[in-house]
Amino acid sequence: MNIFREILWPVVAVIAAFIVGGLIVTAIGDNPFATYYHMVGNSFGSLNDIGYTLFIATPLIFTGLAVAVAFRCGLLNIGAEGQLYVAAFATAWVGIKLGGVIGKVALEDGRIVDQDWSWANLPALLLVPLCVLAAILAGALWGAIPGILKAKFGSHEVINTIMLNFIAVALVSYFTQYFYKIPGDPIMQTVQIGEAAHIPRISQYIPGMPDFVPLSVAFLLAILMCFAVYFFLWKTKWGYELRAVGENPSAAEYGGISPKKQIVIAMTISGGLAGMVAIGEVLGYRYRYYDGFSDGWGYLGIAVALLGRNHPLGIFIAAIFFAVLKRGEIFVDIETRFVSKDLVEVLQAIIIIFVASLQRYTRR
Amino acid sequence: MSEFFVIFGILLFSTIRLATPLIFAALGGLFSERAGVINIALEGLMLAGAFTAAVVTYETSNPYVGLLAGMAAGALVAFIFAIAVIKFEADQVVTGFAISMLMLGLPAVISSRLYDASGATQPIDKAFLLPEIVNGLPWISILAFLLAPAAWYVLYKTPFGLRLRAVGENPSAADSAGVDVYKLRYTAVIISGILAAAGGAYLSIGQGSFFTKGMSAGRGYIALAALILAKWKPIPVLLACLFFGFTESLAIQVQGASWAKIGGEDIPVQFIQIIPYVLTIIVLAGFIGLSRAPKALGIPYKKGN
Repeated sequence: MNIFREILWPVVAVIAAFIVGGLIVTAIGDNPFATYYHMVGNSFGSLNDIGYTLFIATPLIFTGLAVAVAFRCGLLNIGAEGQLYVAAFATAWVGIKLGGVIGKVALEDGRIVDQDWSWANLPALLLVPLCVLAAILAGALWGAIPGILKAKFGSHEVINTIMLNFIAVALVSYFTQYFYKIPGDPIMQTVQIGEAAHIPRISQYIPGMPDFVPLSVAFLLAILMCFAVYFFLWKTKWGYELRAVGENPSAAEYGGISPKKQIVIAMTISGGLAGMVAIGEVLGYRYRYYDGFSDGWGYLGIAVALLGRNHPLGIFIAAIFFAVLKRGEIFVDIETRFVSKDLVEVLQAIIIIFVASLQRYTRR
Repeated sequence: MSEFFVIFGILLFSTIRLATPLIFAALGGLFSERAGVINIALEGLMLAGAFTAAVVTYETSNPYVGLLAGMAAGALVAFIFAIAVIKFEADQVVTGFAISMLMLGLPAVISSRLYDASGATQPIDKAFLLPEIVNGLPWISILAFLLAPAAWYVLYKTPFGLRLRAVGENPSAADSAGVDVYKLRYTAVIISGILAAAGGAYLSIGQGSFFTKGMSAGRGYIALAALILAKWKPIPVLLACLFFGFTESLAIQVQGASWAKIGGEDIPVQFIQIIPYVLTIIVLAGFIGLSRAPKALGIPYKKGN
C-alpha cells in the first residue's frame, strides 16, 4: 500500500473544495481567509473547544465506520440515518422500561398524575449494558433488512435504505407521539430515561473541562470501534471474506464464499455500528429520545468514509475534520458579515464531489 | 352524502397539487435513468429550481421568468452533476447525493446574503405566483399531466428516444451503431435537471410563495421511488406520482378529521405516510411483477472497452 498516494488525493480534494468555497465567500463579499479562520480556529483552543469538537466527531466516527464496512463489501449504506434513529429510540425505550422511570400520564378525566412507566428499576451495572445492546441490536436489525432484501431478491440497497430511512423516522415518531411522550409536552420527545442508564461524561475525569460539555465515554468507545473494525476487516477470516465479496463477487463465490451471506453480514454490522450513535446521544447527552436529534450524521458518514478511504484510521481523521467544520458553523455565522453557517454544508458537498470524481485516479 | 363530495373534492385537488412536483421530477429522472445515469440528485435539482424561481420571481414580479430561470438553474446544476459522473466517472449515487447536499447549503448561503434571512427568500405577492385555473388547481398541473404522454412519445416514437434507451441498455452497441454515448447522457441528465427544477419551482412560486432551506423535503427521493414503482415507464410514472400525491394528501387530511377514524380512534398519520415507502420496497423485491432497471444503469461508459 502506498501511504503517500492514499493521503494525497483526499487532501487534494479538500484543498480544491476550500478554493471553490473561498471563491463563493469572495463572491458574496467577505474575506475567505478570515472566514476559514473562524471556521477552524475555534476547535482546539481550550478544553471546552476540544470537548465539543470530539463530541461532534463521535457520531461521525460510528457512521463513518458503518458506511465503510458496507463499502468494503461493495454496498452503499445510505441508511445509517434510519438505523441510528431506530437505535436511539430502542435505547431510550430500554432506559425507560427498565430504568424505574416515574413520569406523568393523563387520565380519562383530564387529570395529570405521576405513574410508574417502567417494568423494572435495574442498577447501572445491568441497565447500561442492556441499553448499549439495544442500540446495537436495533441498528443491526434495521441494517439487516436491506441486506436480506438484496441477498434474497437482488433489490438495490440504495433505494431500500432511503425508503427505510423514511419509514424509521415515521415509526419512531409514531411511538414517541402515542406512547412515550409526556402528555402536553409540545416537543416531540420521550420522557427522560432512568438515571442509572446515564454514562459518565469525560469532564468528570479531566480537571478544567466544564461539566456542560456533553463529550461522554461514547467517544472512547468510538476509538475502540476503530480498532475493532480494523481487526475484523484485516485480521479475521470473516473480514477477509467480506472484503473478497466487495473486491470481486464472482471470484469470491468461485473461491467458496457466499456473497449473499456476506451481504447480510456486512449490512448487519454496518447497522450495528450506526446504531452505536445512540449510546453517546441518548445515554450521554440528551438522556431521552428526541425527534430530529440527528444533524444528518448518517448521511455525513458517507462523506467521512469516502474521505477516510474506508480505513478506520482515515475515518477517525476525517470525522475529526468534519467535526471541526461543524463546530465552526456557529462562529462563521456570528463573526463574518455576510457568510452564513450553511457554507459548511456547501464545503462538505464539494469535498464529496471532488473525492468521488478523483476516485478513479487513486485506483491506478 | 354532500360531505362525502366535499371531502372527495378536497382530496382530488390536493392529490393533483401534491403530485405535480413529483411528476416533473420523476419524469426528469426517467430520462436520466433510461440513459443509464442513476439520478439521486433529483432532490438537489428540485431545490435549485425552487430557489432560483423564488428569487427571480420576487425580483422581476414575473412567475414565468422565474420558472424559466429555475429551469435554467436546474440545467446548470445537472450539467455539473453530469461532468462528475460522465467525464470523471464518479460514483453516481454518491455524487447525486452530494449534489442534493450542495443544494441544501448553497441557496441558504446566497439568500442569507441577498435578504439577510436564515436561508429563506422574501414572500412573493399572490398576484405574481403561478396562476390557477380555479382556486387550488394550478395550470402547471395540466402541463405535468401532458408531460407524461409527451415523454412517452419522445422515448418510444422518436430516433432520439430510441438512441437514449439504447445507451441505457447497451452503450457499447449503441456506440458501434454511431451513437455518441457521452453526448446523449449529458443531454438526458440536463433534461432531468430542467424537469426536476420545474417541479421544484412549483413548490416555491405556486404551492408556496417563497423558498425555505430544504423545502423539497425528500420529494426528490420520493420521485425516484415513483420512478422505480413505475418500472421506468412514462405513463405508470404519472400514475405512481398521483398515488404518492394521494397518500400525502390523505396524511394531511386525516389529521383531526372526524371521518378518519377506525373504531373511534384516530388513524395515526405516520401509518399513511409510510405507505409509499413500504410499497416501493415490496415492488423492488419483485413481489408485484418483475421490476427491471435499464441494464447499464449506474455503470460509467468507457469508450473502447
